[in-house]
Amino acid sequence: MENNKSFHRTLALSDEILLSIDKPARYIGGEVNMVVKNPREMDIRFCMCFPDVYEVGMSHLGIQILYDMFNQRPDTYCERVYSPWPDMDAVLREKNIPLFALESQEPLKNFDFLGITLQYEMCYTNILQILDLAKIPLHATDRTEEDPIVIGGGPCAYNPEPIAEFFDFFYLGEGETVYNEILDKYKEHKACGKSRREFLEIVADIEGMYVPQFYDVAYHEDGTLKSFTPNNAHAKKKIRKQVEMNLSDTFYPKKPLVPYIRAIQDRVVLEIQRGCIRGCRFCQAGMLYRPIRERDVSYLKETAREMLRSTGHEEISLSSLSSSDYSCLKELVYFLIDEFQGEGVNISLPSLRIDAFALDVMNKVQDITKSSLTFAPEAGSQRMRNVINKGLTQEDILNGAMQAFVGGWNKVKLYFMLGLPGEQEEDIRGIAELSNEIAKAYYTIPKSERNGKVQITTSTSFFVPKPFTPFQWVRMDTAEEFMEKRKVLSAAIKEQLNAKSIKYNWHDTDVTMLEGVFARGDRRCAALLEGAYKDGCRFDSWSEYFRKDIWDRQFEKTGLSMEFYTSRERDKDELFPWDFIDVGVTKSFLYREYEKSKQAVVTPNCRKGCAGCGAKQFHGGVCYEPRNEAGESLHTQVLIPDC
Amino acid sequence: MNVRIRFAKYSSMKFIGHLDVMRYFQKAVRRSGINIAYSQGYHPHQIMSFAAPLGVGITSDTEFMDLELKESYPAKKLVECLNEAMTEGFSITGCRYLPDPENGRKRETAMSLITCADYLVSLKDGYPFLPKDELYPRFAEFAAQEQIPVTKEVKKSNSEKELDLKSFFYASGSSMDTFRAAYPVTADYYEAAGAGLDRYISGTPTFADCYENGTTLVMRLSAGSANNIKPELVLEAFCAYLGVEYNPFAWQIHRFGMYTGENPKLMTLI
Repeated sequence: MENNKSFHRTLALSDEILLSIDKPARYIGGEVNMVVKNPREMDIRFCMCFPDVYEVGMSHLGIQILYDMFNQRPDTYCERVYSPWPDMDAVLREKNIPLFALESQEPLKNFDFLGITLQYEMCYTNILQILDLAKIPLHATDRTEEDPIVIGGGPCAYNPEPIAEFFDFFYLGEGETVYNEILDKYKEHKACGKSRREFLEIVADIEGMYVPQFYDVAYHEDGTLKSFTPNNAHAKKKIRKQVEMNLSDTFYPKKPLVPYIRAIQDRVVLEIQRGCIRGCRFCQAGMLYRPIRERDVSYLKETAREMLRSTGHEEISLSSLSSSDYSCLKELVYFLIDEFQGEGVNISLPSLRIDAFALDVMNKVQDITKSSLTFAPEAGSQRMRNVINKGLTQEDILNGAMQAFVGGWNKVKLYFMLGLPGEQEEDIRGIAELSNEIAKAYYTIPKSERNGKVQITTSTSFFVPKPFTPFQWVRMDTAEEFMEKRKVLSAAIKEQLNAKSIKYNWHDTDVTMLEGVFARGDRRCAALLEGAYKDGCRFDSWSEYFRKDIWDRQFEKTGLSMEFYTSRERDKDELFPWDFIDVGVTKSFLYREYEKSKQAVVTPNCRKGCAGCGAKQFHGGVCYEPRNEAGESLHTQVLIPDC
Repeated sequence: MNVRIRFAKYSSMKFIGHLDVMRYFQKAVRRSGINIAYSQGYHPHQIMSFAAPLGVGITSDTEFMDLELKESYPAKKLVECLNEAMTEGFSITGCRYLPDPENGRKRETAMSLITCADYLVSLKDGYPFLPKDELYPRFAEFAAQEQIPVTKEVKKSNSEKELDLKSFFYASGSSMDTFRAAYPVTADYYEAAGAGLDRYISGTPTFADCYENGTTLVMRLSAGSANNIKPELVLEAFCAYLGVEYNPFAWQIHRFGMYTGENPKLMTLI
């Protein structure tokens, strides 16, 4: 590249280090489609961070979108950093090597911005690891003009309070909308040599930006939040999330990065829509990303072609919360099959409802003797599925499974949650019974037409209530209750006639409990986090690195109570730490949904009728699709089962 | 039709292991748009085979992979096309279309043909060793012994076996240039059979890293599926001979030639 003349890229680590640690490819950059610029010629240096190991972080679409968007600016060089694996963490500390970005291999400290994506709570200690190894002060208020501005974004930014003091500001919502404005303002600001604080005031004036240090919090004696007040004239009382309403005319990475080592997503990811019409009451994404907005099918076809060509990937995966609800799904999928299957491209369709179309597609794209079908009924009994508003009946599941069995499949995976609000023993037993019913259905097929034995894998996770869901008020089970329920289910599965065909997997409770704390935590939780990090916690989502003993000690040290955050039913009018954020969906709608859940009453999906959630204020998406007199969307080709 | 591709692997790509290199080339061929043949079945894969995997940390001027194509391209165009899909650290330096095997015989892959490889070993800066001028004379002395006993790890049985390197250690030198002048390989394996087949070799210099201390050694060793001798094994034995500790991090190994035939009647593969 022309502008690369005066900058020679040298690795930050010696051969000796790279040959002594696991997977050196995590730290050398140089991947296919990596953007090369001369950092010396840039006005703005931005480092995007996914606070987990490289193979996980490289699989994240959001970073690829922003990486591409920022690097389209001639004045900006966007680079990347991921969490150094514990072996590398030890080397960096021992040799006192500052954490560096993959592109230029230069220390993060040299950057103007460090943008950290927050995808799950259990990566929070990794954020502190990144800051610490980069030699950036952990607390935003301790940073000087020499330090990068640290930004947080992503789903966990919707309750940023447990990590608020570690960030200069949070970007609430979708990055496509105002990031360019922020960078433009930063450039002006940098040119006139103004202070860090003045820049944060400029940021606070932009819609969707939250600067934690501009707010004070106070608590009631019982520990609940009393007030949340701006202490700076630029800080808004209520901050509205950013939404990109036109997804067919915006940034999308046509040349995504392709790592040398196998990432979790070793494929082209095509995001077909954002948001979800379903309104499952446990699902945070389903509420946060309302309203559903589709990308134009011809735009997707063209984008798929370009991305397959620029990456050389052998697989393409459609990404969305519920692919079956995309109105041109058939057209898109058959196009992909016709166009690319001959070139050995595999097509993967997660989150697809099982119907005739899905089976036809899977027949074409998968080897049925090897693949398994996945269903996520989430709850075992019909009553409980109504409580969570999962519009799926036992009949739907059995019909879907049966069609698949007739088509030759014999492996089924089932996902459920334990600890849903109002769960009774019969709901738990329902999981075992449904698993058994599916196995039973298989054996109704004559032996000569069956493909061996049926294999059912039933997995449960423990339910964690999340902010901005109808269940944000509910009491979460304790670890003991979870374990008890797990035992009940284990025993119930063993009692089933087809017990031998059912394998049961469950998740760990300890990590789930902590997730519960941080999901609905407040600013006081930062002390827990910082203490745990300093005592050695990181990679908490990796069971081999999770240190329950250290976390237990932090609760003792700080005097905070796990039960206060997890196992406590909230009052209707309790002020939540995240209430200052306006996600479109209103608190009153969420409470209405919570009340309906207690009656096990379902709410129709957005295309069947508008439930008045509040997302209409964004002026687009499903809220404005043409409707018939009954209020049903006229969007064609969508087959919506009764729910 | 089948074509053999020669490529170099250098710079930071030396940290990428063989399995990842194979994945890299599968994707690179797709990016290049070259019409490669696929196997049949639900999960078709490209018909592609690699010769003699290179260890992590080692660089090379001469790696080979054989491809089966559904369409023929002029050799030079094929090289250019593939080079456009390369990242820094990989470079396509030549290709040759392969003659079809005689009736009833299996196609010979580069993997099955290789018998010998040339390695340049450079002392990295910051790792003290013998003075530059003393190194090669001692190495020649080491190579000239009646027997060169070493212990070789046997991966399959997880054991060790005693081995005399002597018959697998074909030649030594002090630098790539002097070695090439002393032991040139000019014969071509395909000359008789495939004289008419299209071939392109780019005149690229070596991709080997240079170090300020300038201390180098060269060795020609038996390679391939039968008696693959790793240069590390020789270095380790040499250090033992000198009575000094072998530090694997002190040496940069670079492969710069791979041949077929029986030493000393070696032939090029491309």
